[in-house]
Amino acid sequence: MASSAETIFPSNLKPFLKCLRIQLRVLHALMMRELITRYGRDNLGVLWLVGEPMIFTLGVTTLWSAAGLTHGGSGIPIVAFAVTGYSSVLMWRNATSQCSAGIEQNKPLLFHRSVLIIDVFLVRIALEVIGATSSFIFLSCFFIFIGWMPAPDNLLMVMGGWFMLAWFGSSLALLIGGGTAFSHLVHRLWHPAAYLLFPMSGAAFMVEWLPRKLQQVVLFLPMVHGVELLRRGYFGNVVKTHYDIAYMAVCCLFLTLCGLYVVREASRTVEF
Amino acid sequence: MLSVEHVSKLYETRHGPFKVFEDISFRLERGRNIGILGRNGAGKSTMIRLISGAERPTTGRIVRGMRVSWPLAFAGAFAPHLTGLDNLKFVCRVYGVDYRPLVPFIEEFTELGTFFREPVLHYSHGMMTRLAFALSMAIEFDCFLIDEAMVVGDARFHERCYHELFEKRRDRSFILVSHDASVIKKYCERAVVLLDGRLHEFESVDAAYAFYNESLVKKPPVVEAWRM
Repeated sequence: MASSAETIFPSNLKPFLKCLRIQLRVLHALMMRELITRYGRDNLGVLWLVGEPMIFTLGVTTLWSAAGLTHGGSGIPIVAFAVTGYSSVLMWRNATSQCSAGIEQNKPLLFHRSVLIIDVFLVRIALEVIGATSSFIFLSCFFIFIGWMPAPDNLLMVMGGWFMLAWFGSSLALLIGGGTAFSHLVHRLWHPAAYLLFPMSGAAFMVEWLPRKLQQVVLFLPMVHGVELLRRGYFGNVVKTHYDIAYMAVCCLFLTLCGLYVVREASRTVEF
Repeated sequence: MLSVEHVSKLYETRHGPFKVFEDISFRLERGRNIGILGRNGAGKSTMIRLISGAERPTTGRIVRGMRVSWPLAFAGAFAPHLTGLDNLKFVCRVYGVDYRPLVPFIEEFTELGTFFREPVLHYSHGMMTRLAFALSMAIEFDCFLIDEAMVVGDARFHERCYHELFEKRRDRSFILVSHDASVIKKYCERAVVLLDGRLHEFESVDAAYAFYNESLVKKPPVVEAWRM
């Protein structure tokens, strides 16, 4: 009698399911390992996953509030502006930075045949996305509760923008992380690149505030569209936003394909 | 069965490509064993890494028809802030095994006492090696990859390792690499010699032993990279 798995799935799916089971096992193992190696068991432990981005965001919020960064009379509350802006930077920057050091730090684990480079990256991306998302949710809820921040105008748009930023961050992380297997230059250059991209990423301005020429340049950067959508969802029609999600999706799709290709090649070339 | 088919390995160096070995083939049946002899730099550890799957061959392929272990007693994958127990859990999760029934064996074999639950960064070299070896024994494999140089310790530790490996698991396959011909002669039923990037096969372990010892006298080890 054929087993139930065979009747449901065609036979060529079975090896796939077997591999999927192994990969999920490996991802779980790496996730637990990464949490302890990064955050340890002392004081807050794993809660630092959320605590760290929260401290960053709070610090930046304080600085920007003190500097009065929002455009005069634009009607945007500064705390909400800073929280939405800096949280979105965390989404594309931290996962990529973590992955750019991922191969070097986890190379010995590859001695276990079922542990692959992509697993190391997926775990690091997942942890960064979980951390940044929780920090964003906690801070928003807290500031809304004490009245420093309005409630979002359109939650679905906020989630859409957040999802797009997560996608962009993940695909960039795969590409940069995989690239480090071929040249240390990739790791070396990523940090200045991240530093220079930050002021252009749309976190500290609205596209509407820029001169028209500059708007066109800035809108080449995919993450700007995500931040604009996020803020459109948050503030509603208070401010005019500029975003083209189709453009951002095409960029992300392209980055994802390149990233997956580079990661596959990286696992073929890795040497000890 | 494990089958190594026409395997070559090249490394890029600053002086051009360096060929570790070229067109190497051999087979290992389930339950059998083989010793690979080679002096320092002959490519023994590279061979172990390729067979374990940590690294890919430049050309050729390796077919694993049985469950092949990671290089025995490999301690490089220990994260300093993880405890011995954390490392056991990690390995068990990767291989899909419940770690709980294994704890008594690991504790008994490693003799770590309370240090089993302390971060690995407080371990001595000997403690690390004992833990690494014990973890290799925790997961059941059909074929063990043994780099003799990795299993360093005192006489008692050696004795216990050999007991675990060659007595308790005598039905398994293993590949033992060493620069010490007497070790190979003692434990292996078949031996090959890795010399100048080629694999030399022999009818008997004694023939391999004689060839290897002669090669040691004849020529001092030379490491050279050549352009192609």
